[in-house]
Amino acid sequence: MTVSPPAQPDARGHFGRFGGRFMPEALIAPLDEITEAWEDAKADPTFTAELARMLREYANVPSPLYEAHRFSETVGARILLKREDLNHTGAHKIRNVIGQALLAKRLGKPRAIAETGAGQHGVASATACAYLDLDCTVYMGEVDTERQALNVARMRMLGAEVVPVTTGSRTLKDAINEALRDWVSTVDTTHYLFGTAAGPHPFPAMVRDLTRGIGDEARAQSLELLGRLPDVAVACVGGGSNAIGLFTGFVADEEVRLVGIEAGGDGIETGRHAATITGGDIGVLHGARSYLLQDEDGQTLESHSISAGLDYPGVGPEHAHLAATGRAEYRPATDAEAMAAFELLCRTEGIIPAIESAHALAGAIVLAEELGSDATILVNLSGRGDKDVHTAAQYFGLIEEPVVLDEGTEE
Amino acid sequence: MSAIDALFERTRVEDRAALVGYLPAGFPSKELSIRAIETMVEAGVDLVEVGLPYSDPVMDGPTIQAAADIALAGGTRVGDVLDVVKASAATGAPTVVMTYWNPVERYGVERFAADLAAAGGAGLITPDMIPDEAEEWLEASGEHGLSRIFLVAPSSTDERLAMTAEAASGFIYATAVMGVTGQRDQTSALAEPLVSRLRKVTDKPVGVGLGVSNGAQAREVAAFSDAVIVGSALVRCLLDHAGPDDALSALRDLVVDLRAGMER
Repeated sequence: MTVSPPAQPDARGHFGRFGGRFMPEALIAPLDEITEAWEDAKADPTFTAELARMLREYANVPSPLYEAHRFSETVGARILLKREDLNHTGAHKIRNVIGQALLAKRLGKPRAIAETGAGQHGVASATACAYLDLDCTVYMGEVDTERQALNVARMRMLGAEVVPVTTGSRTLKDAINEALRDWVSTVDTTHYLFGTAAGPHPFPAMVRDLTRGIGDEARAQSLELLGRLPDVAVACVGGGSNAIGLFTGFVADEEVRLVGIEAGGDGIETGRHAATITGGDIGVLHGARSYLLQDEDGQTLESHSISAGLDYPGVGPEHAHLAATGRAEYRPATDAEAMAAFELLCRTEGIIPAIESAHALAGAIVLAEELGSDATILVNLSGRGDKDVHTAAQYFGLIEEPVVLDEGTEE
Repeated sequence: MSAIDALFERTRVEDRAALVGYLPAGFPSKELSIRAIETMVEAGVDLVEVGLPYSDPVMDGPTIQAAADIALAGGTRVGDVLDVVKASAATGAPTVVMTYWNPVERYGVERFAADLAAAGGAGLITPDMIPDEAEEWLEASGEHGLSRIFLVAPSSTDERLAMTAEAASGFIYATAVMGVTGQRDQTSALAEPLVSRLRKVTDKPVGVGLGVSNGAQAREVAAFSDAVIVGSALVRCLLDHAGPDDALSALRDLVVDLRAGMER
């Protein structure tokens, strides 16, 4: 087999049969403008140097690669953690938002809007907008504003306006709908700072370009630390920005298995999950053809996950393509498996991971059992768990107060 | 000649713009949505847009989303939408379906086209499907004699206007504003220049929608377009009146007002 280069989308944004633009015509010209501006910016040494400087001086990038010795001993394989939790704002999201905010400046747009699920992308967006002097409005499902109240406060502290979205299921997908409605009315002055490697072209490719530092750095760091590449690279997949960032660094290295871990919720068989590739079908949502959770009529189904950041019924089109071609595999980890991995990392390494990232750790635990002690597994620790302390404390019964689970806040 | 082509031939002879009315199928119930369509055709709507209620209507404002939510909560399925199309077509008014793309793709593009044509439907309006992605739909619509009504916007480049007009049939849907569906106090200043730009690249009829809610606004839009498209204001008649008789009476009055405004 020949080594394939990273799958660039075609000129209209298709990754194989996935991706493209399923968007109102009103947004096509603005999407073309962003496509062109991003191509220009990528090729402009002044822009790339400025972005690299900001990431280095401000965002604490590159993040270290860390060998988790005690966690490795417990799970029975050599586990390396890409420490994106140590980035400014505590997750990989800062890479994407600094890049897009800088692009918004280049486009002369004084305002940015963003959607957010867990609040991580919203916080990162509010941060980048404060740093680069852009007005910022963040749309967040009302259900998520309740379960991530601390992040709402963070965004407001940073000067962003947070708009709770009360339409539909009042979660991430509805926040995206509302942000799109804002954008179609304000596009002359506003950049849509899209938070994941999904949506219409050029967002999947642009967000990948901005997050691929994760994989590029981890590849070089692996060679330095091990003298070779890891056997497996593992990341959690919601929309898929941290996973595509990791995978892109290794996609040409055939000997490295790429494994995406989706949110299995209560279990695929219960129907209450967010495992779009594992348990969904091909369709169109939010501007791209990909996998999604839908009913027989193509109505979007609500996803379910203990992790707000993975609780999305769609997934980026490049992941759909990597799954269809077999280059990457996608598996679910349930809420329970993720929380067990969460606890194990806390106790063995003194690191509280984001619940999103705990799904990747849960996947690594299963892979360790399958592959044995000779295996080296690289896990993207995409974010830290400070934002999840409340959820985890309730889950483990560490605080005495009424337990409000997801079910209690849904329609 | 398609039913839509025949309609525009007739309105051209009558020297007036056509009135296009939108209502979602299954709102407020399947039966009432059919009665509402019959009422608006009797009162003067020339072409009916039956909305297929969808969970994620990104082009729609709060009024139409609320109606879609009610229709979906009431259990409206794609089959019900086709039943409503059949009833609407039986009034004699050309009837098209306005739908986001995923329900069509899920149903099967070819199967949807066949079943829509069998129900008497004349075409599809596709708010999130641009000709660039429409290969399968272009083929299926050609096969079944359905009109493909694509949208253009004030932001569309001249090149995209020409490309979209070329791919379209029946009429071209010009969105008058940069924004979502919903009533507005004033008609948009962006609509007329958009229609002028379209006229330079196509002879096909042009309908103007987004924001038209009364006779006075309809008059302004009818002066430079071939069709006036009204949606949210009609939906509001049904949302604002609890009793079906009051709702249908409000609907009739609005359509009469719109048509009166459009007389030249």
